[in-house]
Amino acid sequence: MGAQGVALRTARVSLLAITLFWAVVAGAQVPVPPMGARVTDLTATLTGEQKSALEQTLRSFEARKGSQVAVLIVPSTAPETIEQYALRVAEQWKPGRKNVDDGALLVVAKNDRTLRIEVGYGLEGALTDAASKRIISEIIVPRFRQGDFYGGIAAGVDRILRVIDGEPLPKPGEKSPGHPQEIMSILPVMMILALVVGGVLHTVLGRFPGALVTGGVVSVIAWMLAGAISVALVAGLIAFLFTLLGGTGGRGLGGGGFRGGGFGGSGGSGGGGFGGGFIGGGGGFGGGGASGRW
Amino acid sequence: MRKSSMVLTVFLALALAGCGYNTFQRNDELIKSSWSEVLNQYQRRADLIPNLVNTVKGFAAQEKEVLLGVTNARAKVGSMQATPELVNSPEAFAKFQAAQGELSGALSRLLVVSENYPQLKSDANFRDLQAQLEGTENRITVARNRYIKAVQEYNVTVRTFPSNLTAMIFGYKTKPNFTVENEKEVSKPPKVDFAPPQTK
Repeated sequence: MGAQGVALRTARVSLLAITLFWAVVAGAQVPVPPMGARVTDLTATLTGEQKSALEQTLRSFEARKGSQVAVLIVPSTAPETIEQYALRVAEQWKPGRKNVDDGALLVVAKNDRTLRIEVGYGLEGALTDAASKRIISEIIVPRFRQGDFYGGIAAGVDRILRVIDGEPLPKPGEKSPGHPQEIMSILPVMMILALVVGGVLHTVLGRFPGALVTGGVVSVIAWMLAGAISVALVAGLIAFLFTLLGGTGGRGLGGGGFRGGGFGGSGGSGGGGFGGGFIGGGGGFGGGGASGRW
Repeated sequence: MRKSSMVLTVFLALALAGCGYNTFQRNDELIKSSWSEVLNQYQRRADLIPNLVNTVKGFAAQEKEVLLGVTNARAKVGSMQATPELVNSPEAFAKFQAAQGELSGALSRLLVVSENYPQLKSDANFRDLQAQLEGTENRITVARNRYIKAVQEYNVTVRTFPSNLTAMIFGYKTKPNFTVENEKEVSKPPKVDFAPPQTK
């Protein structure tokens, strides 16, 4: 009886130990908060007004310049260093446009008294390590030392934006150099469109005029989507031949509904959200930037 | 005849895809690119060193030993042929890693020594160089971590079924990965001495 009790207790203790061990291992990293805004404050340091003022600055900067800059304030990054944590956040949020990689992230760990500017690949030439370090030690840290968190962050962000502003980047509306992929993603939609519209026009207008109109419609739409005349002409030609050589009339494909679906799919290729939410555009990070303490 | 050869081609393509042949190719490229990034960042660090040594020399010329240590380690790293093919030879990889580790040690000694020179510490040029060095060390860490992940994925593919059969046929071997450079030192418990410092 006694032996059994001891055995039970031992088992319970070891179970507890294992549970604790796993809790420590699993909970080793501070989770990356979901990205919902350009300014994320998990420490309630900033007032609502201050947050929205920062948010407004960052949003209008993105609209003007295209770069995405985000601010994150956490209580602590322990046991990770701020460098490890900031990189994880950057890899998850992916601020900055895809292939331009013009994102930057300011992470403040309030209780650790550490902060870091994480710089995307595309901004490493302007926001160099030395420049980031200067922003931290000359602009942000003196204000943080006086307890002025908003002042430090606002002044730091302001300087970051000014540095980025001096860098020639593609304009926000412009397509980033990711063209071939986008054409490839448009093609299937175009084919379906040609099939459906072509089928309808084929029976309504007859073989040749139907093919001609289909080719025209498809090339105009391709032009609008891809923004390149060469792509539009190729797409139009394909649609024209497709309809001309296609079977006679009897295609039983559902009409307009199919077309709507196709468009919904390709329309989602736009960059970061300008609305209430904030979505990273897919910028790449490689550990550039600088850290500091106060 | 033509039909059967086509069927055979399609079958072969599917079989290769199923056995992870494509995964090998993809992972291999990933390893290559992440290794290039590692080399790239090591090179960046090596490029910073002459400037750094000169700046420190201007304020702390008497620290000859430390400065010489950095210069020598830098020369050793520079003399190594750091080609992308290095990843296929474990010995060369280990040598390369040891040389880079030596340079890391020499550099950290230099930075520790520089703490004793307030004028050096407040020099704008030195501070910029220090920031660049810190940034580069961080980039090296990131690049190494990404390389470690890429190699891990590749090695798992080499060793798991059924792709290990493909690996056997084509002669793919596991690739060397980074280890902690000073494994023995790290595993030793740190010695804390509470005795009062001896008077000289």
